[in-house]
Amino acid sequence: MIEIPVEHGLMIAAVLFLIGLAGALIRRNFVYILLSIEIMLNAAGFAFVLAGARWLQPEGQVMFIFILTMAAAEVSIGLALILRIYHKFKSLDSDKADKIKG
Amino acid sequence: MLDLIWIIPLLPLAGFIIISLFGKLMGRKTSSVIGVGVVGLSAVFAILAGITFMSRLPGENVFTKQLWTWINIPGFSVNMGFYLDSLSTTFIFIISFVSFLIHLYSSYFMKDDEGVIRFFAWMNLFTASMLLLVMADNLLLLYLGWEGVGLCSYLLIGFWYKDPANGHAARKAFIVTRIGDTAMAIGLFFLFRAFGTLNIHEILQSAPHVWSSGSPEARIAALLLLGGAVGKSAQLPLQTWLPDAMAGPSPVSALIHAATMVTAGVYLIARTNAIFTLAPAVMTLVAIIGAVTLLLAGFSAIVQKDIKRVLAYSTISQIGYMFLALGVGAWSAAVFHFFIHAFFKALLFLAAGVIITNLHHEHNMFKMGGLRKKMPLVFYTFLAGAGSLSALPLITAGFFSKDLILSETFASGNGGVLLWLAGLTGAGLTALYTFRMVFITFFGEAKMEPEGKRSSLMFIPLVTLAILSIIGGYINLPAHHSITAFLQNSLPAFHGDASHGTDIILKVVSGLTALAGVYIAYLLYIKRPQMVYAWKQKPFGHFIYTLWFKGWRFDDLYNYVFVYPVVAIAKINRKDFIDSIYTGIARLMMLLHEGFILSQNGKLRWYLAFIVIGVIIGFTITVFL
Repeated sequence: MIEIPVEHGLMIAAVLFLIGLAGALIRRNFVYILLSIEIMLNAAGFAFVLAGARWLQPEGQVMFIFILTMAAAEVSIGLALILRIYHKFKSLDSDKADKIKG
Repeated sequence: MLDLIWIIPLLPLAGFIIISLFGKLMGRKTSSVIGVGVVGLSAVFAILAGITFMSRLPGENVFTKQLWTWINIPGFSVNMGFYLDSLSTTFIFIISFVSFLIHLYSSYFMKDDEGVIRFFAWMNLFTASMLLLVMADNLLLLYLGWEGVGLCSYLLIGFWYKDPANGHAARKAFIVTRIGDTAMAIGLFFLFRAFGTLNIHEILQSAPHVWSSGSPEARIAALLLLGGAVGKSAQLPLQTWLPDAMAGPSPVSALIHAATMVTAGVYLIARTNAIFTLAPAVMTLVAIIGAVTLLLAGFSAIVQKDIKRVLAYSTISQIGYMFLALGVGAWSAAVFHFFIHAFFKALLFLAAGVIITNLHHEHNMFKMGGLRKKMPLVFYTFLAGAGSLSALPLITAGFFSKDLILSETFASGNGGVLLWLAGLTGAGLTALYTFRMVFITFFGEAKMEPEGKRSSLMFIPLVTLAILSIIGGYINLPAHHSITAFLQNSLPAFHGDASHGTDIILKVVSGLTALAGVYIAYLLYIKRPQMVYAWKQKPFGHFIYTLWFKGWRFDDLYNYVFVYPVVAIAKINRKDFIDSIYTGIARLMMLLHEGFILSQNGKLRWYLAFIVIGVIIGFTITVFL
């Protein structure tokens, strides 16, 4: 079995994270922003699993389960908010929702 | 009895507290009764204490009463304590007794004034502070009384505060005396550093052992104390506040000039005589200040129009005599003159107060005239005071005190003929300006019809003081010198070398000078008033007249040297450049605030971008630094 160096895995995690970040920064649609955030969360989870496998510790996978749970909660709340915003502004454009700054 | 001496200053203080707290509740009448009553009781206690004190002489000539510890930290402890010796006993008697007469007079004089309640509160505080000043057994307590006196003078001079000129006079009195007070405070620090205590008795006891005669330390200490004394006693160069202090009601002037305030400086020098004795140069300076002041003030008094300003300049001049006496080492003579001066000066001010109120608040003497027939009682009492002020020989008390100063100045090793001549000229001037005032005010044709309030409450003090101004001198007849002997229990004896023969010649000369002054006043202001008028028309005469009228233009001098430059600097620095540092900080904060408001634009992606930038900066710093 060929050992895959841990750096390669980390690089994938970093690239995944950057893709998510760029998506969150560039897209204006709330649904896509939410999607990009999910990608970033998965990148972080991937890094955890990688680290757990590298040092043969179970905590990496435990943390990934936490992240999954958290992401599920976050998505449900986020979608609810997006629904409310859509009702209010008749649009999913985040830049049009700048009135909620308070 | 002497254990109860703390009651003497406590009573007026209690009066002040009660009147200021409950004055409105009690009403005007009750407030003035309390105001007069507490000072009267205080005077009774003072007289009883004086009698008890004298009965213990000559065995125990000092009595101290420690009440409690005021301040106690390592290396510095001050007691709340009172000190009674023949010097402070004399002062306590005069202060409480004359204050009582003035309070009695004011109870009628001020009864229709709207501010009568605060008037009595402040008068009581004034008396209490002055009593504290003379009874204190340490210099810090003395300083407390000293400042209290300054505060009350400010409050009372500006009593009729609705006229801005009065407020100006009050501030002037406060600020000018404050200059002296600062010197005195530095003097206290200096003395504490040298002796490690502020107890007057201990300082005076150890001063001759610590400092040798004429040493620079003694000179500095004496000079600093003198600075305080000239401020409070309105001597050169800080005399300018006193003529303006006439803005207050007449009883206030009487209190400031006779019983309290201006005599504080005389008391301070007499009290700390041991330090002054160690600095002969400063003693000479005191004598010169006194001599110059008495001459300058005497000349100024000759040309004044306002009756109260004449009296003000005469006070400066008479305190000048006391300083002259202190300077030549005639300690007891100075205190004796203070004793007599308190009577006749209070009398003159109170009588002037009656005249002014009865003539619709007219201060100008030249608009009075002919009051001899209209107000006989005021005339005779005023004449008694004027005679005493001019030191008319043998029949008045002022003669005995002033003559004692003159002859001891002549005989003293520290004095000499020059100082004596200055004093003698001053005596002639005194008689001249005093009787000028009498002749202009009471003789000639009547120009105004007096009407207004008169009451026995005002005349009792006048008559009492008039009697004392005449007979007060007999307690110190040249043959007995009873008050001199009494005072020498606490003050050094006078050392002079005048033979009895010279003494009699000096007495005759000074008596004749006073009479000559009266005669010149008679010539100039009754016989030939047109002569003075003609002098005033000539350019030189006019110049001299304005110079004297404005008090030798000291006000202008100080304005140009001190006041205007400061005002000019203040104008340049109107924006206050030191303050701009603080306003600059505030402005920067405002700017940042505006900037951060811009960043809160509600655009979600911007926030995210800033978070990313912040994280990158944070990581960069932690990784690379």
